[in-house]
Amino acid sequence: MQTPEQQQQQQQHEPDPPLLRLRGIVKRFGGFTANDHIDLDLRAGEAHGLIGENGAGKSTLVKIIYGLLQPDAGEIFLSAERIRLASPREARARGIGMVFQHFSLFENLTVAENIALALPSAETLHGLRPRILALAERYGLSLDPDRPVWSLSAGERQRIEIARCLLQDPRLVILDEPTSVLTPQEATKLFETLDRLKAEGRALLYISHKLDEVRRLCERATILRLGKKVGDCDPRRESPRSLAALMVGAEVADISPSAPHAQGPDLLVVDDLSLASQDIHGVDLSGISLRLRGGEILGIAGIAGNGQSELFAALSGERLGAGAEKIRIAGAPAGARDITQRRLMGAAFIPEERNGHAAAPAFSLAENVALSRHAAAGFARNGALNFARARQTARDIIGAFDVRASGPDAAARTLSGGNLQKFLVGREILGQPKVLVVDQPTWGVDAAAAGAIRQALVDLAGRGAAVLLISQDLDELFDVCDRVCVMHAGSLSPPRDARETTRAEVGLLMTGSVIEAAHAH
Amino acid sequence: MRIDLEPRTNRSPALEIGAPIAALVAAILLGGLVVALLGKSPTRAFAVYFIEPLLAGWSLQEIAVKACPLVLIAVGLGFCFRANIWNIGAEGQFVVGGLAGGWLAIATHGGAHQTIGGWWIVPAMLLLGAVCGAVYAMIPALLKVWLGVSEILTSLMLVYVAELLLDYLVRGRLRDPKGFNFPQSVTFEDVARLPFLAQGERLHAGVVIAVLAVIAAHFVFARMRFGFAVRLTGEAPRAARFAGFNDRKLTLAVFAISGGLAGLAGICEVAGQIGQLQPVISPGYGFTAIIVAFLGRLSPVGILVAGLVLALTYIGGEAAQVALKLPNDMTRAFQGILLMCVLAADTFTRYKIRVSRTGAT
Amino acid sequence: MNAQLFELVLLTIVTASIPLVIAALGELVTERAGVLNLGVEGMMIVGAALGFAGAWASGSTLVGALCGVAAGMILAALFGLLTIVLAVNQVAAGLALTIFGVGLSGLLGAGFVGLKREGAPHLQLPGLSDLPFVGKLVFGEDAFVYAAFLLVALAAYFLARSRAGLALRAIGDNHDSAHALGLSVRGVRFLAVLFGGACAGLAGAYLSLAYTPFWAPGMTAGRGWIALALVVFASWKPWRVVLGALLFGGATVLQLHAQAASLGLPGQLMSATPYLATILGLVVLSLGARRNSAAPAALGQVFVPPR
Repeated sequence: MQTPEQQQQQQQHEPDPPLLRLRGIVKRFGGFTANDHIDLDLRAGEAHGLIGENGAGKSTLVKIIYGLLQPDAGEIFLSAERIRLASPREARARGIGMVFQHFSLFENLTVAENIALALPSAETLHGLRPRILALAERYGLSLDPDRPVWSLSAGERQRIEIARCLLQDPRLVILDEPTSVLTPQEATKLFETLDRLKAEGRALLYISHKLDEVRRLCERATILRLGKKVGDCDPRRESPRSLAALMVGAEVADISPSAPHAQGPDLLVVDDLSLASQDIHGVDLSGISLRLRGGEILGIAGIAGNGQSELFAALSGERLGAGAEKIRIAGAPAGARDITQRRLMGAAFIPEERNGHAAAPAFSLAENVALSRHAAAGFARNGALNFARARQTARDIIGAFDVRASGPDAAARTLSGGNLQKFLVGREILGQPKVLVVDQPTWGVDAAAAGAIRQALVDLAGRGAAVLLISQDLDELFDVCDRVCVMHAGSLSPPRDARETTRAEVGLLMTGSVIEAAHAH
Repeated sequence: MRIDLEPRTNRSPALEIGAPIAALVAAILLGGLVVALLGKSPTRAFAVYFIEPLLAGWSLQEIAVKACPLVLIAVGLGFCFRANIWNIGAEGQFVVGGLAGGWLAIATHGGAHQTIGGWWIVPAMLLLGAVCGAVYAMIPALLKVWLGVSEILTSLMLVYVAELLLDYLVRGRLRDPKGFNFPQSVTFEDVARLPFLAQGERLHAGVVIAVLAVIAAHFVFARMRFGFAVRLTGEAPRAARFAGFNDRKLTLAVFAISGGLAGLAGICEVAGQIGQLQPVISPGYGFTAIIVAFLGRLSPVGILVAGLVLALTYIGGEAAQVALKLPNDMTRAFQGILLMCVLAADTFTRYKIRVSRTGAT
Repeated sequence: MNAQLFELVLLTIVTASIPLVIAALGELVTERAGVLNLGVEGMMIVGAALGFAGAWASGSTLVGALCGVAAGMILAALFGLLTIVLAVNQVAAGLALTIFGVGLSGLLGAGFVGLKREGAPHLQLPGLSDLPFVGKLVFGEDAFVYAAFLLVALAAYFLARSRAGLALRAIGDNHDSAHALGLSVRGVRFLAVLFGGACAGLAGAYLSLAYTPFWAPGMTAGRGWIALALVVFASWKPWRVVLGALLFGGATVLQLHAQAASLGLPGQLMSATPYLATILGLVVLSLGARRNSAAPAALGQVFVPPR
């Protein structure tokens, strides 16, 4: 029997060895195999896409290439030389650089200090400043070396990551979902930088689940599914649909629109809400107004960190201080009510972060039902909780939302991201809310679960509820929303009809230029 | 060599119970090592510390009496630590409770109750002790809630203040005027003493109070919304806020509970065991109770068992002082070792430990 | 107040401040790496006991000081094993260390109670040391005082200017990012904890070798805890530790003088002054500054390397 490696070696007799060659990479975490015999070839000057769903094993694989994780089996060749990378330091010394999805930055250090930390120790801070400025000039990455990171936007932070990587003159640059925090305009600028890197003969390994980007940038792509390589292709010759099918392993189901329904009364009204942030690094909300009717889904687009979490906290009542009349739920003033009282008024909330915010990871699913439902009728009496009721509800949610869990006593942390998110969405939707405020419901969730969650939101609106969907995913917003507005620097643009507006228009709003203009009038 | 921790996805009940027992065994072995280094026989010390107190009826009662303040305080600390709030000033709250309740006993000494009956004095002392303990605990609690001052440092500083206050009053205003200038109060009258459970025995009513506190706390954690809020706040504070539990009110509540129970323990000790006020009324119960709380894994029933174990080290320690000339510090050092072993054992229940010789980092 | 008395008061203030400066500086470095070690009191008192034992046995103050340093480091290593390797809660482990240290110091020091040594020798520079007002203050201190100021200067330079100090601060700011960049989070933290232990041990040795100079059980009397509070006062900046410790030492000394002047206040109230002053200081500080804004962002958080 031949191993995949032997097959590959027999098939490929190339004149020059590729820059990076992976053969049979295996990585297990306990009983779970994150990478199962993965092969990959990457040539100098090539942009190579690594695509797959959340949980397909992309991040694990690049962490191995960057020396953060050590493979359990398999070989890594760099320019035909077999290498072992014990740490990122070694990887960097060999010309492998990485731009992280979740930035590995230090909020309270300056830009220059952040960059210095990734460079060989001989580098002095003093000598580094001119080099940073020169690099910034060359690649169009404007950076002030002395600013502390906490004062910078997501786009600026990414420039630090890129500059940090480029200062080491890497032969291979790994980029992990680099556009997830950028506006479409910023993404375009990023691609210009990446094109220049490619032209300089550097290899790019580009991880994304956004197929358009891969088709725009890459000549080759490797597709991963559930830890295995399921194919490679030239993405420019594939359609997004065929790529998606390869990625998911099945045709992707479209969201079915809800039956036509009349729009009901105003269920959530926010009137000129302004709130200073309590966090040093937070965003102040200024003059937010919105009006949401029953049966309607309103989307709020925007780059992370423009006040979305602050808005969520103000709407949910986790943060008070807005003034009673500023927020009305189902016609009644709610601004002075806390989150429990707002729930009793018919509102429900799903925050962005699953672990530790929407759910307590160590608690059972039944206890996690009690977490947001403890004040609802039937769940408590005289201060005592009805855990039997909570377990029954957990069972109902597991059944209704097809949650893969061993039962109501399973700890929340034992569920996969997608399953836990389905459970949490189900927890709120089964409570039959009149108003649902939901923040990034499909972030880090596999495609099947994401589809189910979006469908559930559409169906809820179809039953007459008002849904406010905060999301950074424009595809998602245009898929499910009736109207879309954009959040930037704590302000909200007027809503637009989703069918009459374009992504480019929304993208422009996300950079803030138009909102300011609109406010000036 | 490198040591990696891999989180366990499912925690086995056997491990949960086995870990504290293993920690106790490890601590006894390490303690034995220290005893050997001091030039004494570890086996003899083991017998004196852990076996002999269990063989006589009077010393078993003595253990229960010593466990009473430890369990009462630790049950309260369980609320704090579960909520990730660090009241380490229980010793001070204990002293203030004992002082306040003891003051009532002294104030009524030889007073009107001889005509109107003294049945109310002990309940009033207990209430006063608990309330004053809780009020004293409000100082660090309010400073934390209002100003964000670390409760660790303030609650600890207040221990010294409470001890000095007791010392001052016992040497001054509360001193027995007929006591030949000895720094101690009058001996309480019988109406101001906790009743003994049986004639001529050592067990006093405080033991019953401690057991009741364990049962009540167990019920609160298992069934009540408040217990759920405490657990959730410690486990995932943001989720607790999302659930609608107010962390400020909760901070005040758990401080009040632990301060109240520590104060109650203080007055139980004064009215049950000592029978008068002295410049020092605690051999560090408030600190030992921290160990009790962790050894009992912060669960009320576990704390009951752990309280008995630590009480055994006190009784055994007293015996060892006489029998082996082992200084009292041995007990404290052993308690420290025990707490470290308990904490380390907890890691083994939460993680699988992997030791690998590879890896250059 | 005449010049001589004035100089004497200043000298006592310095003497009272030095153990706080040394212990707080060690804890400051530990905390800048993101580790909260509440065991300062325990490490300090073992340092005092072993420091005195070492000096008594060898007849040398220097050997005694080194014994104190070693004792502090051994206890700190224990703390590091628990919190850094075994990911134990830092608050609980610190308390355990203090309880253990207090007991252990009693055992170690049992044979030395009541013995008295010559204090650590003071610098004697002909001419300079006899200058009025500042002579003894600047040129006539013992070696611990100069060592303490040298340590503060080195730590300040290390944190602000050196490459390793930058890595240490980065680890205290965000251990996940530091790990992703390949910095050795656990290694650096362990070293920082050891440094904290060495300083606490030295501070303890100062108490039994220069301050009193004898060993008495419980002689640290909460100074370890006060050092922890000083780190907060100082907003995690080395030179401010000196300032805070001098203010604090000043308060203590004034209290002693008030006692001597017999103002009719009870002695217990005087003894309670340092603890009340600490609480007051924490309150005043929190009124002024934005809440915890200066604290290292990862302080007290357990780090388990993701696999």
